[in-house]
Parts: sequence; structure tokens; C-alpha cells
Amino acid sequence: MVMEIVCPAGTPAALRAAVKAGAHTIYCGFADETNARNFPGLNFDRSEMRDGVAFAHTHGAKVLVAINTFPRAGEEVIWHRAIDDAAASSADAVILADLGLLNYAAQNHPDLRRHLSVQAAAANADVINFYAEAFGVKRVVLPRVLSVPEIAEINAETEVETEVFVFGGLCVMAEGRCSLSSYATGLSPNMNGVCSPASHVEYSDDQGVLDARLGGYTIHRVGKNDPAPYPTLCKGCFNASGKSSHLFEDPVSLNAERLIPQLQQAGVAALKIEGRQRSRSYVAQVVRNFRAAVDALEAGHPLPEGMLARLSEGQAMTTGAYKKTWR
Amino acid sequence: MPQSPVQIPRFPQALAYPLRFMPLVPLSASLTAYSRRISKSHPELFRRLGAHGHTRFVLDPTDLPFVMLLDPNGGTPRVTVIRGAGEGAARIAGPLAALLGLVHGAYDGDALFFSRDLVIEGETAATLALRNAVDDAELDLSQEILNLSGPLANPLQRLLAFLERRTGVCLTRPDEVEIW
Repeated sequence: MVMEIVCPAGTPAALRAAVKAGAHTIYCGFADETNARNFPGLNFDRSEMRDGVAFAHTHGAKVLVAINTFPRAGEEVIWHRAIDDAAASSADAVILADLGLLNYAAQNHPDLRRHLSVQAAAANADVINFYAEAFGVKRVVLPRVLSVPEIAEINAETEVETEVFVFGGLCVMAEGRCSLSSYATGLSPNMNGVCSPASHVEYSDDQGVLDARLGGYTIHRVGKNDPAPYPTLCKGCFNASGKSSHLFEDPVSLNAERLIPQLQQAGVAALKIEGRQRSRSYVAQVVRNFRAAVDALEAGHPLPEGMLARLSEGQAMTTGAYKKTWR
Repeated sequence: MPQSPVQIPRFPQALAYPLRFMPLVPLSASLTAYSRRISKSHPELFRRLGAHGHTRFVLDPTDLPFVMLLDPNGGTPRVTVIRGAGEGAARIAGPLAALLGLVHGAYDGDALFFSRDLVIEGETAATLALRNAVDDAELDLSQEILNLSGPLANPLQRLLAFLERRTGVCLTRPDEVEIW
């Protein structure tokens, strides 16, 4: 079976670009705190979501609506309405992380397919099977901390489809539980849908020396010949124990395109591209590349050479945890 | 060295130099009228700016001897061209070709930023909102001009296509090819 390419769309234009570039499936979110990419100028209002789903369906593609933040106590209705509106827009599935929202969707929209977001950090077969039994979850987006053999082991022990990230920003934290952004800004991807919110990010360029600040703290400074720094604490560069280094993560981007055959052998159903915050140009280029790769694999041809390095965050690539080489 | 995602053409210095003496008031008036026309044909662009609909942006084509101050003004935009650095809440600087390529969706803003082809300063949230709003609007600046050109539209279109081929600057919105 052809592996499904699941592509990001931060805007209706990006959705159309992804569909035209060959995406099997597009994921997107409403323009509010119900999704983990709640950035300025991004996302869909209700009318745009309906139109986007209709456009995708007309072209044979599917749309998944990410409602993957955790509701604030007493404000659940905002998240419930998002699920209701995703169902009303004829979306093919919702991507959820919160137990209460999974239960709400299962009770109120039993025919709406439920996917488990990476924000749920479900990293073993036991917990995945729990979500399937309790809430009818059909697919899980696996955290970016598993090796290919570990993914194969999970697939051997569950009927739930697995979807894995293959390209884009790399988060190796326990997703849905990371508080780094909150420490510096008071806002988090988990509750507010923003990791390192743009309102708290500031860059200043002084004759080529570029400072990145988050919440007033300088988290990285680079010279004029270096790539611009990424504005998250986890990829910041800090002085500790007498040396300056990236304490949490190197500022590299995931690119697992060469591992697609192994991921297929491991039983992975879908390949996810990160980047709802990126442009329609990025979406189209990455989708074309990965669609060509899975089609080549299906046809028994060698994988085409990748052309994606220059689109990466930090301009450096890694295969992440899929091939573990811990420092 | 950071790797540029694309080869970005630079405006020729020999042509930029005379622009130092160009009167800026008529240019400001023309660009304001032009931006208001765009705001009429793409109202969603200004809606996407949300809370940043009254933020002043400094657009700095680094290979030209002036900057543009863009006041979205809630959908009735105003463009003021000045010499010098200019003041605004957010500054976006890069070669003219990079800025035009971004507007037309030919380049990815993040990739240009990481490669240092583009510099952003000031309110990052406002810059992000503008970038996302423009990317979604699928603008074609040349087409907007052609729509105003009446009988001159056809020769002007050929001239723009010629300039685009010769300079490598993205003057129009690239066609999206439906490949599957």
C-alpha cells in the first residue's frame, strides 16, 4: 500500500498548493488556541475550513483538523465547538491529544475519525491500545524520539495506524508536556498553541551579529557568516560549565527521506511533514519531493535525490532518533 | 557561510545610483494608490493581519537607496518612501528581488531568514502576520499593474516577461503546476 503523505497547511493558499503538489492528506487548524500552531496571520476560519475541505475532496485529498491543545478548565466549549465545526466541515478526521476531547468526539461525533496527536506523547503499544479501546482512535502520530526498530515493535503490537514525522522542525521533548516556552514567556504550545510565541521573539542585527531573544532573554547570538538562530529555548546556545553549546538540541531539522523504505517495512502508514508555519512555496517543494519518493518506492525505483537541505530550519539536517547516535 | 535557498539577484548599482535623486513624493503617492487597489482586490490580506492592522512596517530593499514605510491602516494602506533607515514597529530587509519573490510566493520566508538573505527586526509577531497574510493572498503585483494598463497591457506584459527572464527577478506569481 502506498504510504500516505500528510502535509501541513497554515493557510488556504498553502492547502491548495499542497493538494496541487500531490499531497494525499493535509492537516490544518482553526485560527485560535485550539491548535498547536496558533501563530499570527495563520490558520483557517470556519468558512475557509469548509472551502478547503471541499477543494481537497474535489481533488481526491483528505483533510485532518488539528485540535491538539489542552482545554483550559471552564473554557472547554471553545474546543468542543472546534470539534463540532470540524465535523460540520466534512473533515476526514480530527487530531486530538486531550482525553476529555477524545471522549467528547467519540460521544458526539462517533463517525468522525479520531487521530491521536503527537501532543499526547504516546510512545508505546500499551498506551496506544488504551486510546484505541477507550476512544476508538484509529491512528497515532508517534513522538519524534523513537528509532525505526522501536516503531516496528509498536506496529507489531497494535492495530492502530502509525504516522511518523519525516521532515521539518525537530522536537525531541515529551510533546504536550514541555514547559520550556512557558518558563520564558508564560505561553506554551500545550495550552496556548504557541511554542516560543512570536510576540515574545525579537531579533536584532548589529553589523551582521544577530541576537535572538525570547521573553527578553538572549538565547543565541551568531556571527554574520552563520545561519540565523532558531528562536526556541531548546535550540538555544548557552554558556555552562565553562563552554558555550546547544545544551538541549542542536539546531537541526529532521529529514528522514532516505529512511522511507525502512519506515515502510516497519509498518508505518503515513509520513508527516512538519511546517504549518511555513510558506506555500515550502509546502509545495517538500510535498513534491516526498510524493516522488513514495511513488518511486511503490514502483520499485530508486529514491530520487533529495533537494530539501536548503529549506531546513538551521540549515542542517538529521535523521533524528530514527537512527540514534546519542551524544 | 549560510546557504542561500536560491540565487537572489541584486539590483544593479549603476541603476540604483540615479534613484538617489528620484523625487519620492510622487513615488509614495503612486505606491499608496497601488496598495489601496490591492487592498480592494484582496481584503482578506488585511483581515489576516488581525491585531497588526495598524502596525507600521519598514520594508527595506537593501540594494535600493530608500525604504518604504507601510501603514496597513486597517485596510486603507499608506506607503511612504523615504531615504534613511525609517522608523516602524517591524523592519524587513533584504534585496528587492527577495522581497518580490516573497510577495509572489516563489521563496520561503523562513528559508531566506535562516540563510540571512532576509533580516527581520522589531515586532516579530507583526512581521509573521504580514508574511502569512501576503503568502495566503497569492498576490501578483504585475497583474495588478496590467489590470490598470488598458491597451498597453499586452506590450507591458511582454516587457515584464522579458525583464523577468533577463534578470531572474520574480515579477509575477509563478504558475502552480498541478502535477498529480
